[in-house]
Amino acid sequence: MSSRDLILTRIRRALAGVPDVEIPRAYRGPSTASTAGGSPGSATGGVSGRPDDRARPSGETTVPPGARAEVSGEGTGASGETTRPSDEPTEPPGETAEPPGARIRLFEERVGDYRAVVHVVNEADTAGRVARSLAGRGARRVVVPAGFPSEWLTDADVEALADDPPLSAVDLDGVDGVVTTCAVAIAETGTIVLDTGPGQGRRALTLVPDYHLCVVRAAQIVAGVPDAVARLDPRRPLTWISGPSATSDIELNRVEGVHGPRTLEVLIVT
Amino acid sequence: MTVTFLGMPADRPFPRNAARAVRNSQLRFNLRKATRTIRARRASVVAEAPDWAELREAGRAIKEHTLRNLDRYLVQLEEAVTAAGGHVHWAADAAEANRIVAGLVKATGETEVVKVKSMATQEIGLNEALREQGITAYETDLAELIVQLGDDRPSHILVPAIHRNRAEIREIFSEHMSGWGRPAPGDLTDDPAALAEAARLHLRERFLKTKVAISGANFAIAETGTMVVLESEGNGRMCLTLPRTLISVVGIEKVLPTWRDLEVFLQLLPRSSTGERMNPYTSMWTGAVEGQEFHLVLLDNGRTRVLADEVGRQTLRCIRCSACLNVCPVYERTGGHAYGSVYPGPIGAILTPQLRGMGSELDRSLPYASSLCGACYEVCPVAIDIPSVLVELRARARHPWAERAGMAAAGWVFERSGRLARLQRAGGRLRGLVPRRLPGPLAGWTDTRDLPEVPKESFREWWDRTDGGRR
Amino acid sequence: MRVALFVTCVNDTLFPDTGRAVVRLLRRLGVEADFPRAQTCCGQMHFNTGYRDEAVRLARRGVAALRGYDAVVVPSGSCAAMIREQYPKLAGPSGPFADAVARLVPRTYELTEFLIDVLGVTDVGAYFPHRVTYHSTCHSLRGVHLGDRPLTLLRQVKGLELVPLPGAEECCGFGGTFALKNADVSAAMCADKARAVLDTGAEVLCAADNSCLMHIGGMLRRQKSGVRVMHLAEILCSTETAGAR
Ligand code: SF4
Repeated sequence: MSSRDLILTRIRRALAGVPDVEIPRAYRGPSTASTAGGSPGSATGGVSGRPDDRARPSGETTVPPGARAEVSGEGTGASGETTRPSDEPTEPPGETAEPPGARIRLFEERVGDYRAVVHVVNEADTAGRVARSLAGRGARRVVVPAGFPSEWLTDADVEALADDPPLSAVDLDGVDGVVTTCAVAIAETGTIVLDTGPGQGRRALTLVPDYHLCVVRAAQIVAGVPDAVARLDPRRPLTWISGPSATSDIELNRVEGVHGPRTLEVLIVT
Repeated sequence: MTVTFLGMPADRPFPRNAARAVRNSQLRFNLRKATRTIRARRASVVAEAPDWAELREAGRAIKEHTLRNLDRYLVQLEEAVTAAGGHVHWAADAAEANRIVAGLVKATGETEVVKVKSMATQEIGLNEALREQGITAYETDLAELIVQLGDDRPSHILVPAIHRNRAEIREIFSEHMSGWGRPAPGDLTDDPAALAEAARLHLRERFLKTKVAISGANFAIAETGTMVVLESEGNGRMCLTLPRTLISVVGIEKVLPTWRDLEVFLQLLPRSSTGERMNPYTSMWTGAVEGQEFHLVLLDNGRTRVLADEVGRQTLRCIRCSACLNVCPVYERTGGHAYGSVYPGPIGAILTPQLRGMGSELDRSLPYASSLCGACYEVCPVAIDIPSVLVELRARARHPWAERAGMAAAGWVFERSGRLARLQRAGGRLRGLVPRRLPGPLAGWTDTRDLPEVPKESFREWWDRTDGGRR
Repeated sequence: MRVALFVTCVNDTLFPDTGRAVVRLLRRLGVEADFPRAQTCCGQMHFNTGYRDEAVRLARRGVAALRGYDAVVVPSGSCAAMIREQYPKLAGPSGPFADAVARLVPRTYELTEFLIDVLGVTDVGAYFPHRVTYHSTCHSLRGVHLGDRPLTLLRQVKGLELVPLPGAEECCGFGGTFALKNADVSAAMCADKARAVLDTGAEVLCAADNSCLMHIGGMLRRQKSGVRVMHLAEILCSTETAGAR
């Protein structure tokens, strides 16, 4: 018998007559969580469970990229707001649902808790802020993944390196930093998620350089983890980033900066 | 029953290991400081999640449902990984898993691999097995690096070097880094940031050039074939992303049915383990991505035996968060080495004897390495009733004859209230004769604690004499 | 209401003052508790140490002895937890024993639960002019979930100065036979607890469980610390005219 069959046989024998269990999902699901739901003492109005049979955006298994990118307004549910698939180049805001300011503020605060650098800027000031951040860092040679909006780099005085042909790991080790967009951002946990889509590039680009500047559109910020999971496509490689590289291995105290980028800077474009 | 290997020799029983550890004041100090730090952090991020109880209940139920349908979900996982270009291998025990991994590494022609911290590969003693095949495995997690460089053993699930403080870590780095690669800077201080920087420099080149990586996984999604690894430092991303070949050794109980289930566990795990709202990095990949070759090795190594046990089965819900270790008053005083397994603390006390059996004195003693205070159950994010499993295992353990005799005698006395009353009267008469120090196993008490005074009159004698105080 | 006192074997044999205090306290509040003479031990020591057969025998005895009462009062969080949490597991899903356990479980109260939840009193008219700290004990806290009931009662005691015990929720290291089987760890835990108690400056350490108090008190006495240990019932029984005992 192969080990595969052996293991499966052992499992079936072990489980003979064992009853199955229901999965209660009474926790806060996607799109129903209040923006400030995670902060202590805050009102959790609007928080409710969601039915277990809640329809997924498309089917039970995987969802094509773009199909689950609906942006829902506070408490309105996932009904009909404009979508911006993570695959398409980003569009100017105004056409998308604007998440309430509270969600942006929570995201800003939570990213800051990880000792990442955070700025909130409006669309018109983005190029200027990008330029100032790169200059402040002294970044000269910067990786710019394909699909990163070129209008955000117009003010920056840097050598933009494309990953085409692909840069080697050693090349990446020699650059001053990387600028990217993201696929989704989570307010409650201060997380950005990259899915290697346009403006993000392959995973190594945001890993080897010591400085990562990530531009997040306010409309990409969701309330909590369930919203992010619902929006993401597991067939793409995903990297969830919450602050700069850190370790808790020395006396269980958090120290920022080990192997990943030691500086994470997040720009929130409203 | 075959002997399941768990990465450490099983020698002395827990109480003897513990007695030594308790006398090590440096260890006690390090552990107390570290566990108290993390306990407070966990408590505060758990308190701020308004739906923690519901998440915990969902986590428990998802795992329970998965175990109930484990065969189906493993086959589904295999299909999904294969469809996404990965290769799936099945290993019935540690030896087979090690054989598979060594074979895969050899097929690449490489003799060096980088490793992401993984309990499964520690459990099977993979590094040692690879070394026998001429393959060097480099640990890249900071704490694992400390353990590897110090030729030490892991003492915690999440932070294997928790027993070391910053001064000791500085010493290990200064002395041993040069033997494994880039030496530590000559002026290395014990500032945690400086130590982290030393690890960064030491491993940098290794990440950039090594062609094969070995990892575990926190979760494997049956529905999509997605593997999930949570980490902090970025060494995981380095290993998962840069090498051309990736081999993940994953216990069969790590599977989750659906992608959506992650919405529960990505909340439960970081808050329970490092006490953060979210850990710095989580990588998810499905099959072979970005030109990488991907192998998944599914490991049994005693798990199906645990699965067959009605009470013990819940142990397989464990997501290795280590919250139970951090809150355990016994672990806090003894550290992890006393448990003689890569799985220490409360989870180790129930998992090790189930995986390895209770043949050795050590494994029989593990279920007793608890005061049954219940703190572990309270914090466990998947609600494993550790005290109940401990008591169940105690009931199955072979007991020493003196204890059996004592318990039988006590049982006989309590069998009839008249016997208890006679014993109480005798005690009342002989109360002056109780020595300050007791012999044998009872000395454990009187070495450090006085005995209570035996009263002249028991409660029931008083009740009878006074008609319950009415006379 | 027919009320039984399940005094527990430890209190019966070693700490009769606690049992007397419960009887007097309840009498003061208008409740005449009965003491079913057939009771002995709840079986917890056997159960927790892995002697299930003996535990089942003792559980059967206990259930029989306490049959027919409307309420059973237990001045021990640990023994109350044994009855409520473990008896149903020992009894199994059905049969006469399971039925008897099912009747007993909802009628079993730890003392502070009985005072607050059944009698509805928080001020029991006690007077105890001392500086007191309270150790919550694991099974009172996580077994029967007493919450802040004991503190609620203590706060109403006249003259009593209540000082918080840092780390009160942490185990003292007793754990029944754990104190013998893992004596070194147990003593290390106890030493930390004793230190925390001394640091409060309290004259009296109180708890809802005498076994933990016997453990911590044994060390406090060995250290000649001068801190007394007292079961909560004895403090609640004290009045201006009558001392605790
Ligand atoms: S038993 Fe529970 S608390 Fe302990 S490591 Fe496993 S999941 Fe975490």
